Amino acid sequence: MLTYTIRRLILAVPTLIFISFVVFMLLQLAPGDPLAQVPLTVPPEVRAQMREALGLGEPPLVQYGKWLWQLFVLEPQIFVDWATRESWLLGWLPDTALYSGELRVISWQTRSPVLDIVLQRLPQTLWVVGLAYVVGILISLPIGIYSAYRQYSVFDQAGTFVTMVGFSIPPFFTGPLLIVIFSVGLGWLPSIYDTTHRVTDWDSFVVQLRQMIMPVMVLALQITAQFARYMRAATLDNLRQDYVRTARAKGLPEAVVVGVHVVRNSMIPVVTVIALGVPSIFGGAIITETIFKVNGIGQLLITALFANDLPMVMTLTFIFAVLIVVFNLIADVLYGLLDPRIRYD
Amino acid sequence: MTETGFTEALRDDGPDEPPRGRWRDVWAQFARHGGAVAGGGFLVFVTLAVLVGPLIWTTDPQTLDIRAKNLRPIWTGLWAADASVSWAHPFGTDNLGRDMLAQMIAGGRASLAVGWAAMLLSLVIGTAIGVVAGFFRRLDGVLMRLTDLFLALPILPLLLVAVTLFRQPLRASFGPEGGMFILIVAVIGVTSWMPTARIVRGDVLALKEREFVLAARSLGTTPGRIMLRHLLPNVLSPIMVSATLGLATAIITESALSFLGVGFPSDFPTWGKMLADAVPRMVEYPERVLLPGIAISLTVLGVNYMGDGLRDALDPRIRQR
Repeated sequence: MLTYTIRRLILAVPTLIFISFVVFMLLQLAPGDPLAQVPLTVPPEVRAQMREALGLGEPPLVQYGKWLWQLFVLEPQIFVDWATRESWLLGWLPDTALYSGELRVISWQTRSPVLDIVLQRLPQTLWVVGLAYVVGILISLPIGIYSAYRQYSVFDQAGTFVTMVGFSIPPFFTGPLLIVIFSVGLGWLPSIYDTTHRVTDWDSFVVQLRQMIMPVMVLALQITAQFARYMRAATLDNLRQDYVRTARAKGLPEAVVVGVHVVRNSMIPVVTVIALGVPSIFGGAIITETIFKVNGIGQLLITALFANDLPMVMTLTFIFAVLIVVFNLIADVLYGLLDPRIRYD
Repeated sequence: MTETGFTEALRDDGPDEPPRGRWRDVWAQFARHGGAVAGGGFLVFVTLAVLVGPLIWTTDPQTLDIRAKNLRPIWTGLWAADASVSWAHPFGTDNLGRDMLAQMIAGGRASLAVGWAAMLLSLVIGTAIGVVAGFFRRLDGVLMRLTDLFLALPILPLLLVAVTLFRQPLRASFGPEGGMFILIVAVIGVTSWMPTARIVRGDVLALKEREFVLAARSLGTTPGRIMLRHLLPNVLSPIMVSATLGLATAIITESALSFLGVGFPSDFPTWGKMLADAVPRMVEYPERVLLPGIAISLTVLGVNYMGDGLRDALDPRIRQR
């Protein structure tokens, strides 16, 4: 298992490098010019120097190499410096001071380091997406188990219908619909997510909770629909197995048969589906963040795309790719750990 | 009593009905799934409506009738007597006076065309790669690594990148609508063939060890003929199921792109674009969000139910019951 994990980790490196190379070369074809906003009175030699300063003077391969260097050598250095200087966990260590002021990956929009902006935006996305994921899982698993246990009952039929509907209604429709109903019609919830809001006491916590309800519910609806279907299918498969009959014949109470024996076995495929779904939910968050004006990384990607901010787009796409590769790996490893019948060698 | 029952049965010359073909069986099972029939029926209805609709409702969706702008749908008159409605525009008009019914038909035409074309493209790519990877052992490793690589691509960010990058050159060479259509279909098709390829490969791997393939091979059938005549018909059912899933995701993806403002040009209606345009005024005119939103949701719901029924109908283990 350990060798398998290590081999997969090593294999992930060329995959990620290849993906980043493809995306980088794709972005080279971009028609926009980052200096389009510069006045025409600026003389051409100054313009050339400005291009140089943005790192555009070099051939694409050199640019790509520099981007790799900046992301994988400079940024970790800065992180280690920060960890030994300011963080409470490792702050007692002597300051490493590895980073000595080289140029980092700079956003063309703000002229500030891309990763600093990403780190500012990440908590908003993680809060909304992460909470939606947890809520979705907590709702969907009991629904899936119960509808499988009472297959073809009214609850099962209704549950199947609701999951189908949740599966089919796109988030860019549910979002505005919820805003019209709950913000405009009833006036219960704010339609815009205020990221400057700080939670200091109970009242501000309630405000935070209220502004999170709608974006979380929109994302959670899709997650719930998807996972309830998987859980139902997995539970149905396991309920027909011989070991369930054996457990019942031993005289175990029904709650133990279903709640322990069946659920533990049905969770094996579902856990991998849950791990595999994490990256796609970040993709789905792009739309939800646009609707509710959450300034997370999805919204950052959209604005960077429209502003032709290639370093930002490149880095964000790469982060999404890393998420996918890492969670694919986690899913496979979890599958092997949970199910002793699976052997990777 | 039972004695005569047995002898009655023994006296029968043969089965009551002539033996039914496989597809008759599939259809019988499919017809028993109420949701699937309703979903399929709705899909047929929408497809017919957007194909025949422009012949019946001849109003041009692009015509600006600024005097009749912001009309409400005709049914608003039922509860709000002072609402401005007109029988000339039963679904109302938008803020530029364009007829909503004509826009819905044109938008549905665009959305469904993109959905069908992208689904077919991804199906062709996925099936080809799956069959070839399953059949030729030497290509299996390479093609499956390629599939894994594509699965590791962040689809929605990449779609956005590709559409914003290639919009200008394709528009210049194929016209604003044609270029965008080609771009969106190609981009969705190229990024969504992987599940089909994986399923088809798995089935082909099992099928090619069966006796009928060996028989075909021993008769001197070429690999190409084996794949086309013997393997493809046998993997048709998983392909059909993934086709319905692909159609649903393609429609949603196109609408999402239009919603984010990177889809078709602004004067070319699609359901996603109409929804996005209506969101700023949704408090005053909720129907402009609801109409395209419900159209997308119902179509996708119908397709999903149809896929569900199809999966049940094509699975012989379930069909026995």
